[in-house]
Amino acid sequence: MAELCGVVGIGQTQHDAKRTDVSAPGLLREAATRALEDAQLTWSDIDAVVIGKAPDMFEGVMMPEIAMGDALGAAGKPILRVHTAGSVGGSTAVVAASLIQAGIHDRVLTVAYEKQSESNAMWALTIKIPFQQAIVAGAGGYFAPLIRAYMARSKAPEDTGIRVALKDRLNALKNPYAHLKIPGVDFDQVANSPMLWDPIRYLETCPSSDGACAMVLSSEKAAESAPTRPAWVWSTAMKSEPTMFSGRDQVNPQAGKDCAAELYKKAGITNPRKEIDAAEIYVPFSWFEPMWMENLGFAEEGLGWEMTYEGATALDGDLPVNCSGGVLSSNPIGASGMLRFAEAAMQVRGQAGEHQVEGARKALGHAYGGGSQFFAMWIVGSEKP
Amino acid sequence: MSEAESELVQSITTPLRLEYQYTAGVASTRFLRGMADGKILGQRCPQCEKVYVPPRGSCARCGVATDLEVQVPGTGTITTFCVVRIPSDSLDIDPPFVAAHILLDGADIPFFALIQECHFDEVRMGMRVEAVWVDAEDLGPTFESIRYFRPIDEPDAPFESYKEHL
Ligand SMILES: [Zn+2]
Repeated sequence: MAELCGVVGIGQTQHDAKRTDVSAPGLLREAATRALEDAQLTWSDIDAVVIGKAPDMFEGVMMPEIAMGDALGAAGKPILRVHTAGSVGGSTAVVAASLIQAGIHDRVLTVAYEKQSESNAMWALTIKIPFQQAIVAGAGGYFAPLIRAYMARSKAPEDTGIRVALKDRLNALKNPYAHLKIPGVDFDQVANSPMLWDPIRYLETCPSSDGACAMVLSSEKAAESAPTRPAWVWSTAMKSEPTMFSGRDQVNPQAGKDCAAELYKKAGITNPRKEIDAAEIYVPFSWFEPMWMENLGFAEEGLGWEMTYEGATALDGDLPVNCSGGVLSSNPIGASGMLRFAEAAMQVRGQAGEHQVEGARKALGHAYGGGSQFFAMWIVGSEKP
Repeated sequence: MSEAESELVQSITTPLRLEYQYTAGVASTRFLRGMADGKILGQRCPQCEKVYVPPRGSCARCGVATDLEVQVPGTGTITTFCVVRIPSDSLDIDPPFVAAHILLDGADIPFFALIQECHFDEVRMGMRVEAVWVDAEDLGPTFESIRYFRPIDEPDAPFESYKEHL
């Protein structure tokens, strides 16, 4: 029987296009210090540090965690880096939680970050490989054909993506940490923004951000002294699948479906749409909201767009999605997954301020990465499992 | 300290250069040698019988090695695509251009390739296309032996025929 794990401290940075006021370790410390303050703990209370970030090529620094252990108070303690491409922020939290659940540590600091301004992720994602024509222009170039495939399969109304983007951009205005805020943004502004990777428009795309996120995870016993109600981890799950095989459904990947099924089973959830009160989902391009609604079993295949259309995923809907403004509003890649997990925990702790879903008791955090091949998820609750 | 001295150094540029020696391995070698001969070579999975182009030496669906070589023609179907409208330092082509998933006739997995010789607004899912090769003397063991794909005068393939390969 696994030990219980609670989130007792959460911190995130001010996310922005260029945080030139801090170094990369400084950025991490900003988030970590806030998480420690939230937990009313100090660096010496931490038993181990688990860090995550996206591929090293994105910033051009190999194994930055080697140089950062000191800044993260890890001297004399275990430090471990997790790496699962864009889903890394989520899988980092899952690995950190497992150290508590296994009874190995009482308090683990988990952090994730990206300082996109220090290099060029678009360049890093536009590599030439010898057995493929060099035409995949960044993540948008990879995912746009999959979005077109979803549109053709589902016959969703063409403005679904615009509606998702507008919702998330309005939500971001309620999140003090969000990077991209467009006061007065409306449907026409999103619709008229230029196509970057047709069918993806500029305002349907995530920004490039500098930012970090941190959480202090605690055992049940150590959480007794927590000043604020913890978010209890009900279940975690991770799955992967190969990038290329014949018949692979990249629009609705099997690994995502399997990951969600395992997550709900472990948490005793039989009707996710009804039992989950808020979800923070990795949506780097607006159309991924309906796609993931289906993949996560919130909607039947081909009908995810109806949730957006009916307002079900709005802040006042029956399953509010990305109340924080999501990845569309802040995208420090390595931290983006952990922000989803942390925002889910903030919801069940009642800490989400203006973007709080009233009375949220169970929330889902989700991250995906690579060519839609790595998935990490957790469900957190206000009550102990 | 003067104000200038106390200001943070906010950014310095330190360029990195990466060069790779790529060992192709058995399957990619066959494919790349084929490219040098103006041929497209794939491999069939002995278990599910799906044809992989380019071959990677195994079928990740069945977890078995693929060693049965198959040649496929340069004609195929656009299963899905996007129109890239933003420039990228690392690409040799200027936007707008069409990056498409192309399912070659006889293959069971699409790959990314460039579509040319038609306006990007005319490109559609199901459109039939063919490979345009470089001149014979310029053929080499590289995917760049195929310059791009262009439309051919055939009716579009029905969605049902390629929906498993988007
Ligand atoms: Zn097979």
